Amino acid sequence: MAPAHHLAQVNVAIVRAPLDSPQLAGFVAALEPINALADHSPGFVWRLQTEDGDATSIRPFEDERVMVNLSVWESLESLRAFVYASRHLDVMRHRREWFHRMTDPYLALWWVPAGTIPTVAEARERLKLLTRDGPGPDAFTFREPFPAPAGAAR
Amino acid sequence: MSSGRRIYNGGMDRVPPERDLAAIGLLQDPVRRALYGHVVAAGGDVSRNQAAEAVGVQRSLAAFHLDKLVEAGLLEASFRRLGDRRGPGAGRPAKLYRRAAGEVEASLPPRTYETAAQLLAEAVDQAGADLELQAAARRAGQAGGRDAGPAIEQLLEARGYEPYPDGNRLRLRNCPFAHLAHEFPVLVCSMNLALVEGLLEGIGKPAGRAVMDPAPGRCCVAITSKDNQD
Repeated sequence: MAPAHHLAQVNVAIVRAPLDSPQLAGFVAALEPINALADHSPGFVWRLQTEDGDATSIRPFEDERVMVNLSVWESLESLRAFVYASRHLDVMRHRREWFHRMTDPYLALWWVPAGTIPTVAEARERLKLLTRDGPGPDAFTFREPFPAPAGAAR
Repeated sequence: MSSGRRIYNGGMDRVPPERDLAAIGLLQDPVRRALYGHVVAAGGDVSRNQAAEAVGVQRSLAAFHLDKLVEAGLLEASFRRLGDRRGPGAGRPAKLYRRAAGEVEASLPPRTYETAAQLLAEAVDQAGADLELQAAARRAGQAGGRDAGPAIEQLLEARGYEPYPDGNRLRLRNCPFAHLAHEFPVLVCSMNLALVEGLLEGIGKPAGRAVMDPAPGRCCVAITSKDNQD
């Protein structure tokens, strides 16, 4: 039986140098292969992208430096497997070289009715909710996950 | 409030829980210890006959010990038909043993290093000190490698990684940092890679190349042969 809910995730980042700088070369080079890996990973449903094939040109926040990544997966397990148990992990090793440290939460997870795609505005709200209230059923983290709502999606 | 939920609260009594003591105590018997060691090293299901032969004891004695280990929670048993025959007359399913999930530990006096590790990891993660942590791990690995003999596999085995060959790679069955890696995967796995890289550098002669090669259910690091670009 197909699940009634899918898992949405948003994460934000501020790069330490311009995308075309030598310092960020590793990140830029990894974008295409890692996005392709995501697209072919079990449980992958959707990710935010422009015609360039990634989301790096999207600036949804007041702070122009903040980049966003938004995706939907069939389950928490499938997202977790991609993020932390695939080649993606090796790329994440370099996060301190590429991104500024964020003091506020930079990643939020939440459940959406299966078949729906969250908007960037909704993603912004979920991140704000997580920052304001800490992990809860409407916005949570890998470390403190919450189960999908019971029963059919509305 | 929410951060309190993650703190490991085990091991606070002066004397470890009876269940853990009993399990560890069981392994004092050398035959039992050898059987347990064989099942764990096999990395999957092992039959009573296979274990008995590997350790060099009678099947019935092996069964006796293996079942005691299951009772104590150190091993798990399952039943499966080995071979192709099915239906009536195909024979009984074999009883198979594998390492049980879960952990057993006992420390005297009581020590809860995991609590401290969780807090330290959280602080390091918040502070963004990944690179400092990796540098410290590399140094520790180099020191460890220098003190050890030249064999990578032995060194990794001694450190609890449970290495096994897989094609031209050496894979690591066990993550020594399990819970911590689950909570802080990027921080702890990159630390682990640096540690293993350090170990290989410490050994000196071209010993192999450590690479990040994670998959669910195993350690994130693998060793490839030094010249192998694969």
